[in-house]
Amino acid sequence: MGKPIRVLVAKVGLDGHDRGAKVVAQALKDAGMEVIYTGLRHTPEQVVETALQEDVQVIGISTLSGAHLYLIPPVAQLLKEKNASDIMLLSGGIIPEEDHAALKEAGVAAIFGPGTSTEDIVTFIKSNVS
Amino acid sequence: MSNNNHQLKEKFDQWQSSIEAKLSKHPESKSSYATDAGIPVSRLYTPLDVSGNYEEQLNFPGEYPYTRGIQPTMYRGRLWTMRQYAGFGSAKETNERFKYLLSLGQTGLSVAFDLPTQIGYDSDHTFAQGEVGKVGVAIDSLEDMEILFDGIPLNKVSTSMTINAPAAILLAMYIAVAEKNGVDAGQLRGTIQNDILKEYIARGTYIFPPEPSMRLITDIFAYCSEQVPNWNTISISGYHIREAGATAVQEVAFTLANAIAYVQSAINAGLEVDQFAPRLSFFFNAHLNFFEEIAKFRSARRIWAKIMKEQFQAQNPKSMMLRFHTQTAGCTLTAQQPNVNILRVAYQALSAVLGGTQSLHTNSKDEALALPSEEAVTIALRTQQVIGYEIGVTETVDPLGGAYFVEKMTDEIEEKVWEYLKKIEDKGGAVKAINDGYQQREIHSSAYQYQKAVETGEKVVIGVNKFQVEEEPPSGLLRVDPRVMDEQKAKLQALRSSRDNARVDASLAKLKEAANTNENLMPYILDAVKSYATIGEITNVLKEVFGEYQQTVSL
Repeated sequence: MGKPIRVLVAKVGLDGHDRGAKVVAQALKDAGMEVIYTGLRHTPEQVVETALQEDVQVIGISTLSGAHLYLIPPVAQLLKEKNASDIMLLSGGIIPEEDHAALKEAGVAAIFGPGTSTEDIVTFIKSNVS
Repeated sequence: MSNNNHQLKEKFDQWQSSIEAKLSKHPESKSSYATDAGIPVSRLYTPLDVSGNYEEQLNFPGEYPYTRGIQPTMYRGRLWTMRQYAGFGSAKETNERFKYLLSLGQTGLSVAFDLPTQIGYDSDHTFAQGEVGKVGVAIDSLEDMEILFDGIPLNKVSTSMTINAPAAILLAMYIAVAEKNGVDAGQLRGTIQNDILKEYIARGTYIFPPEPSMRLITDIFAYCSEQVPNWNTISISGYHIREAGATAVQEVAFTLANAIAYVQSAINAGLEVDQFAPRLSFFFNAHLNFFEEIAKFRSARRIWAKIMKEQFQAQNPKSMMLRFHTQTAGCTLTAQQPNVNILRVAYQALSAVLGGTQSLHTNSKDEALALPSEEAVTIALRTQQVIGYEIGVTETVDPLGGAYFVEKMTDEIEEKVWEYLKKIEDKGGAVKAINDGYQQREIHSSAYQYQKAVETGEKVVIGVNKFQVEEEPPSGLLRVDPRVMDEQKAKLQALRSSRDNARVDASLAKLKEAANTNENLMPYILDAVKSYATIGEITNVLKEVFGEYQQTVSL
């Protein structure tokens, strides 16, 4: 067995809804991953900084306030600038279908909406992180 | 046990064993039944389950301990206030939505503010980018507030504002707008949420650390008791605690523990309990388990009455009455098959009415996807109107009072809530427990269990883990125009150059000075607001004195 996958679960912007982020973080832990949870109100810069410091392979960003198009693409951009695009970027929360294309274009690997089973997220990460 | 009960017990046992004998052939759907809060649900309830003295436990509506309701005639006298939480984009757009809701027969307003407003950032602050006007209306200064309430008679409509850390600032703006329109503060009716403790626990829009936050809250209690006597100075909220994943029992327990902390803090600041307690109000969630919810509302009333009478020696009955607003549970709405949400909301709303709520917000079917559209919010309001006007449940007070199951459930919730209250007291009270992350951990654990129950299929969610169908992505969702942010920023810039900046600076300097003393800050905040100081400017002055809260991250 290899080393456990390391994941950063992050809340960006001013949104205080953290039930989903924490439940996903716990589920990833229970699936054997090492999970760091940022807590609320992180900027894209802080998220990328923490991701690099913690040497994670995956960043999961949760947002429910509608600011996703402002907050998620900068994370992808900063990862590129730091030559860290190999870190897989996932997002979840309330993100309307019509915004999915823009986020994927920016570099988000998958978007998990309301009603997603945590098992699906675990499976996705395990099969896409080498 | 009386002789009658002895006979009944014998017969009941016979009946039970006759059923047990048939179970192997006709089994029940589960081997045991319980609510999410772990309260067992029996096959049948009988007079054997109801103990205690009628007058002590239930009594008449309008009489201590208010289990059956706080008013003697309840909805026969007046229906609950139908109050839809609304706000998005600019003050002008929200003002139009308010007028639309009032034209549909809504009886009170409820303002949703955007996150920058709730956290004390002006719309042009870096942290506000992308958030302006999204989850509520953007308010930067008194100017926006004047537009928000334009043409709305503040002496007739009651207004609830979901604002916490900067509650004093928004209340001051409301008072200032009223004054400008010739309405005296004494005539104003409404509520500010002003409940910072649940922000630390579950909702996240905190600014200052607990101690100065509690001071701002008690300043509001003291100021309003003299100047704005019909205002509900706080809405102590279990709603968000429940949304974060708490059980019904945790919702009531953590809310009442917070309430105890507020009362104690006001008493410590030198207020008499009966001076402020009649204006305390509460806010609960109406979730899916129908009877557990009804029992929850009834038991919350009874526990609060006991706390106020016995622990705080309140004399005024109004100090003992738990008055509450209810909102149906947003977290039970599904993105899948959104029309089904209409039915969930209807049952939840009915439980709130059967539980004796004073006001109600019914969620719109599209809220798992976006802010509610006009069509969706109309159905939501009509749902309340059907309950209020068509189905007869309002014609007698507490229609489920005396139902064996409901009374037993009410007793059981009460018992479990007292256990939690004791635990929190032993930890040094709500604030200390929050700092240790206790409530947050308890809620997270319940949320995780709930999610697991959904994933194993033990808990059925129609459209998510049962009766799924292939669906087209939804259309017609409300989107906030991104131009709102640019317009708001331009407006703010214009204000900064047109107002009397010397007056702004002077009022902010006086506020800062007062913040360093024990003086009541409300008059200073009111003065700053009237000078058109912005929310960001006022908050910054207070941050310089009070500092900022650092979240306890617990997982």
